[in-house]
Amino acid sequence: MGDFELTCPVSPAPATVQMAHGSGGTAMHTLLETVFWPAFANPLLGQQHDGAAFTLNGARMAFTTDSFVVRPLFFPGGDIGALAVNGTVNDLAMCGARPLYLSAAFILEEGLPLETLKSVVESMRVAAAAAGVHIVTGDTKVVDKGKGDGLYITTAGVGVIEHDRVIAPSAVCIGDAIILSGDIGRHGMAVMAVREGLAFESPITSDCAPLVNPVQALLHQNIALHCLRDLTRGGLASGLVEIATTAKIRLHVHEDAIPVHEDVRGACELLGLDPMYVANEGCFIAFVAASDAERALKTLGAQARQIGNVMSAHQHGQVTLRSAIGVTRIIEMLNGEQLPRIC
Amino acid sequence: MKYIDEYREAKAVMQFASAITRITTRAWTLMEVCGGQTHAIVKFGIDELLPPQITLLHGPGCPVCVTPVELIDKAVDIAGLPGVIFTSFGDMLRVPGTHGDLLTAKSRGGDVRIVYSPLDALTVAQNNPDKQVVFFAVGFETTSPANAMAVYQAQQRGIHNFSILVSHVLVPPAIEAILSTPDTQVQGFLAAGHVCAVVGYEEYYPLAAKYNVPFVVTGFEPLDIMQGVYLLIKQLEEGRAEVENQYVRCVRREGNIPAQQLVRNIFEIVPRKWRGIGEIAHSGLGLRDAYADFDAEKRFGLTDYTADESPDCLSGLVLQGKCKPHDCPAFGKACTPEHPLGATMVSTEGACAAYYRYRRQEVQHG
Repeated sequence: MGDFELTCPVSPAPATVQMAHGSGGTAMHTLLETVFWPAFANPLLGQQHDGAAFTLNGARMAFTTDSFVVRPLFFPGGDIGALAVNGTVNDLAMCGARPLYLSAAFILEEGLPLETLKSVVESMRVAAAAAGVHIVTGDTKVVDKGKGDGLYITTAGVGVIEHDRVIAPSAVCIGDAIILSGDIGRHGMAVMAVREGLAFESPITSDCAPLVNPVQALLHQNIALHCLRDLTRGGLASGLVEIATTAKIRLHVHEDAIPVHEDVRGACELLGLDPMYVANEGCFIAFVAASDAERALKTLGAQARQIGNVMSAHQHGQVTLRSAIGVTRIIEMLNGEQLPRIC
Repeated sequence: MKYIDEYREAKAVMQFASAITRITTRAWTLMEVCGGQTHAIVKFGIDELLPPQITLLHGPGCPVCVTPVELIDKAVDIAGLPGVIFTSFGDMLRVPGTHGDLLTAKSRGGDVRIVYSPLDALTVAQNNPDKQVVFFAVGFETTSPANAMAVYQAQQRGIHNFSILVSHVLVPPAIEAILSTPDTQVQGFLAAGHVCAVVGYEEYYPLAAKYNVPFVVTGFEPLDIMQGVYLLIKQLEEGRAEVENQYVRCVRREGNIPAQQLVRNIFEIVPRKWRGIGEIAHSGLGLRDAYADFDAEKRFGLTDYTADESPDCLSGLVLQGKCKPHDCPAFGKACTPEHPLGATMVSTEGACAAYYRYRRQEVQHG
């Protein structure tokens, strides 16, 4: 075979925005750390939570925003309108707040059928009613044909925090139980199946749903709730790693305890994707005092599972997983985008 | 899930782990050839269930990893041309070339699309008659029948705006290259199950005899790999060097004959450069003259590509099983999945990426 060439070229760090910067993994965190956080630095942003929680004239409030650029606009189990309402509602819920008011800003592409817009808006109306919020202000802009995927929506929301508990990564305690509210990976695979024209025996349905009621139920039961995180982009793995890193703790979870729908597992196997990293739009993890774990599970219903515990403090933060065959390995944040593999 | 859970059942896996420990009396070094097996071994922690005398080395069987830099550069250049739709399997998009990867080409305005089959790329060509549609035909024997079928159908259906950028590689010549190096440590091979599903395992008999090394055709689930290791260790302990098939549910000795015929009709065996290893004679596939019209390199006149390479990356040694990913000074420091120096850090099937993803902390803390 002759002399071996033991070299590879150095890949320069990208000087332009890449798709990976939006995928909820390490690239996005680098963007936050190098561009946004230094520029906007303030104590509320420093909470690194799904929204900012603050006190205004004696009332505790939560405030958040989110943009939605999903393609296709409609998919089994939801559409961009339902996502835009539930996404912001859920970020407020994760701050322990009861969502009150939303804004909605639309960027419409020239040529978008009005019927499509009406369906999306109707879906937003239904989702807002279900979540108990009102859409009270908004904006509309139109861009040239070809400059947008039909329709982008940005929502912002405010909610009221009706208790004096701190629900944030900083409140997590050693020994806390980690509760997962339902099965993972359905939203990401539902969207991918439609986008890529993958046909399965039964269509995978997105889990898109408001999380206000389950969170309010936990609060009403007076469960010792320390932190909440909804598992959107980057999936369960990224949610766990974010909290472990922010709180500088080691989390240990059991693969056997993590529910994944049979058809989601099948689709992931087929494409070489890991459901731990696939997006969700209707499930979350809750860190609760171990003594309250049983009550939390009972409150959240039959789909909820305790998937692990907070083990110890850790210098950088670490997540470990005990695999189905009994071996422990490390869980990393998503690197780049999850790409379907060759064979 | 049926046909998956049975092969991930902890009790059965542990039974094989005990059996392997029972029959192992001395140190053995094995190589799994396929990147899919490497990924499964590291993801499920299979190597941690084996007795310490057994070392698993990770072979060159990751198609993403061994595609030469020059070809990535050609792909990036084609993808940047106006009027071109460049299609590829997903994991080729992040492989670094000299001037960035295909994702960078996309962010510069190139029309780069992920497809799940070369036949999907053919459909893209049919639906965009005013565009040139190119498919990045990489992979081992496993992907060659589908790529051959795409070219065959393109010709049959008169779809002339379709071409493929070919980087097909073959497993047995790479194994022979590893065995023929004087300092090779590999004493037995887990042969790649899906490659053998296409081409069978006839070719391994002469290799087993010539180098006195056993082969076990092995699947990809934890139980498959444990069984494969068990059969290999049993042969080694008994002083045998035979070819056995663990993956009987997918692989026949003669393979898939219609698929092989199609591949032979469209492709011919050519020398091929392997990234990190160098050129190996008779180790690749190229389009036959009768199908040269579908060769993207010819269509776009891409010749005389050479790549400048830096000495910081040891992926060549990793691919030959001469060092483990964390033996490389750049591992986890200058080289990460975000900024890979070598392709073994890019693909989920690359040994370095698998170690980074599942073993990084362990490595950092010694």
